Amino acid sequence: MMRLFKKADGLPAWVDLGLIPALNLLAALIISSLVIALIGEDPIEAMGILVNGAIGYPEAIGYTLYYTTNFIFTGLAVAIAFHAGLFNIGAEGQAYFAGLGVALACLAMGGMPFFIVLPVALLAAVVFGGAWAFLPGYLQAKRGSHVVVTTIMFNFIAGALIQWVLVDLIRNPGQQAPESRTFDEGTWLPTMQKAASWFGIEMVRSPLNTSFILALIVAGLFYLFVWRTRWGYELRTVGLNQHAASYAGIRVDRTIIIAMVLSGALAGFVAINDVMGVQHRLLVNFTGGVGFVGIAVALMGRNHPVGIFLAALLFGALYQGGTDLSFEKPNITREMVVVIQGLIILFCGALENLFRRPIERLFSGKGS
Amino acid sequence: MTAPAIELVGINKRFGPVQANRDINLTVGKGTIHGIIGENGAGKSTLMSILYGFYQADSGSIRVNGQEVKIKTSEDAIALGIGMVHQHFMLVDTFTVLENVILGVEGGPRLSPVLTPARDALLKLSRDYGLAVDPDAIVQDLPVGAQQRVEILKALYRGAEVLILDEPTGVLTPQEADDLFRILRALKAEGKTIIIITHKLREIMEVTDAVTVMRAGTMVGEVKTAETSKEELAELMVGRKINMTVPKADRTPGAVVLKVEGLTYIDSRNCAVLEDATFEVRAGEIVGVAGVSGNGQSELLEVLAGLRAPTRGRIWLNGVELTGGGGAEAAHRRTLGMAHVPEDRSTAGLVKPFSAQESAILGYHDDPEIQNGVLYSPAKITARCERFMAEFDVRPPNPNLRSALFSGGNQQKIVLAREIDRDPALLLIGQPTRGVDIGAIEFIHRRLVELRDAGKALLLVSVELEEILALSDRILVMAAGRITGQVPRIEATERKLGLMMAGETAA
Repeated sequence: MMRLFKKADGLPAWVDLGLIPALNLLAALIISSLVIALIGEDPIEAMGILVNGAIGYPEAIGYTLYYTTNFIFTGLAVAIAFHAGLFNIGAEGQAYFAGLGVALACLAMGGMPFFIVLPVALLAAVVFGGAWAFLPGYLQAKRGSHVVVTTIMFNFIAGALIQWVLVDLIRNPGQQAPESRTFDEGTWLPTMQKAASWFGIEMVRSPLNTSFILALIVAGLFYLFVWRTRWGYELRTVGLNQHAASYAGIRVDRTIIIAMVLSGALAGFVAINDVMGVQHRLLVNFTGGVGFVGIAVALMGRNHPVGIFLAALLFGALYQGGTDLSFEKPNITREMVVVIQGLIILFCGALENLFRRPIERLFSGKGS
Repeated sequence: MTAPAIELVGINKRFGPVQANRDINLTVGKGTIHGIIGENGAGKSTLMSILYGFYQADSGSIRVNGQEVKIKTSEDAIALGIGMVHQHFMLVDTFTVLENVILGVEGGPRLSPVLTPARDALLKLSRDYGLAVDPDAIVQDLPVGAQQRVEILKALYRGAEVLILDEPTGVLTPQEADDLFRILRALKAEGKTIIIITHKLREIMEVTDAVTVMRAGTMVGEVKTAETSKEELAELMVGRKINMTVPKADRTPGAVVLKVEGLTYIDSRNCAVLEDATFEVRAGEIVGVAGVSGNGQSELLEVLAGLRAPTRGRIWLNGVELTGGGGAEAAHRRTLGMAHVPEDRSTAGLVKPFSAQESAILGYHDDPEIQNGVLYSPAKITARCERFMAEFDVRPPNPNLRSALFSGGNQQKIVLAREIDRDPALLLIGQPTRGVDIGAIEFIHRRLVELRDAGKALLLVSVELEEILALSDRILVMAAGRITGQVPRIEATERKLGLMMAGETAA
């Protein structure tokens, strides 16, 4: 896991953060093209549809940014745990559980003014998401149970728990589907279209809502917290060297728990985007894997908010473009798009050193 | 005239941008003891790793007994009669001596046919060279000196004519070191060739016939031991004159700063690694803790610094009793005026991937002086690190450079600068010059004496007797977790301390 934190020495920033990711991405796209050619489709045409589907028209951009919002939240969630040396696989379950919190808040506060609903809903997202990460964090810190194992388990527990709540407790009366009733319209998070209209800007209708702005603010706060506060310093020290952390008088166990709770809270914001901003009700499995994509986003974004934003944008575009692609080319199924995503994760994450080593050699050779 | 046992001609080796060996020519005569001396990172170990087949030289050639050879693996080296005794022993702790010796050369799937002849061969080797060990003893039950003898026997059993010893006395008491030197002389008398890699001048002077001095990857001198002196060798190693003694005026110690009574720490294996330690450290004195590494000194430091809670016993700092340990206790003790330079600076004293300026606030990271409200002020943190670097002559003086990229000496200077910045009443300092080059040792020693003269109390733990003798006003000796002696510096001799280090309680 240490490799994730390794900063390249001697490489200029544009190579480290620009050239190498671009080469990795290119390699992934070339292999994807081969796979598309293999199933008898024209890769150039397919890539064209993908790009057009992601950014080719205003509505597409809206969808892309809507997905991006989720991926920023989960990417930051995974990244903050990474900084503390923890691998949180449970952003999925934490986001899902936060969905319950947001739904309960919105269901309970129908008819109340929005300026009261919003902070309570945000608090519910943070508290429920954080709570779902607290136990794995506590078990890691005090009992040594590995968070990778416990957070995976907690994903399943969240799934089963919410299924039960939806079916037996808050199912919409007269409905067969396991979902809550739609929230009172006053509790809905304004869409970006609506927010833009306050400033006289025309936008097309899309799921993109004001939680995108929240994501950008949270990313900025993430930077300040991790690199500019003593809590972030303690967190990074624990992540890099627990021995040095205890030497410095840092409470390692407490720091681990705090990092996990923050991670869960960040994942919880997904519920603000999806539950409060788009669905306006609690649906079974509304998260649909965003927590896992967050791992790839954090990995590719090198646990830095700027990188995470860019990686989230890329995955958002792939999600949206991929949907369009599978519509237009029935041969290229949803699963095919998942293959392309997988290749990107493979090249940008697991095979990250494929181009790094030769490039490092190139630069160190030049330097001596 | 017979051909030399080993000849290295024009050896070059680089690792990325670092030229570890540059154009090295080394000739080791048959039946001689040859020392290779140099500071950490001078390229000694790389050179020997090339001879032993761990690395391949980029260019140059190796001749053994006059024959040019290629050594690609350690098997090749062993086949050519070259054996190596590593600094960290390569032994299976739970095996017997005999089992360790035949490990890798069992010669067949069944052990029983090998064991009897191997035992005979082993006993013969022990007799011939005075290497006393019991073939049936379990390795982990043996003292370190005996484990080293097992390593030497292993190499001899494999037919080694040339023995390479890497920092052989690092873990030995002076008496054990003397034993080793006796064995080496016996080996030499039997016609074996020995190469010793070391940074200690004492053993070079005592046992070698010729010395090669290395500095920054190159050979800077080759001299006959009989024709040189410690001072000349030190100067060759560092490249300038070195003051081997630390100037130190007499001083009468002041009030008691640290008082320890019956301090005991029992570890998770229920083993008393620190037992019943009672002593004081006064203002304006350096108390040295001598002992072979692993005899409770580390635990003593950690308990005092608040990293572990003692099982029994009491600690007072300036009359205030300190209890507990772990978690926030270390931070609490810092606020009470206790500073701590840890024994292992690279795993505790700093965070290697952090920049120097981030490492320079470790432990003091909640200091309001480097924060504007809730946020750190990067400018103030940089300024603090720049000040440390100027005061302690850290090179390169770049606060943004990663901590891992500084040399051992410069890392230590950063840690020391940080720890004494708050003007502590007590400084705990472990192995202040481990892995530190001679030039920086001189600097660090001078600073420690300055602190003492400024009226600070210093508790110095070191496995280097020379260092203890050079700095301390009073010396405690630890063996097997107990304090086996307390002597004022003027009454201490290396021999006297050595006996106490071996566990003989002073009268």
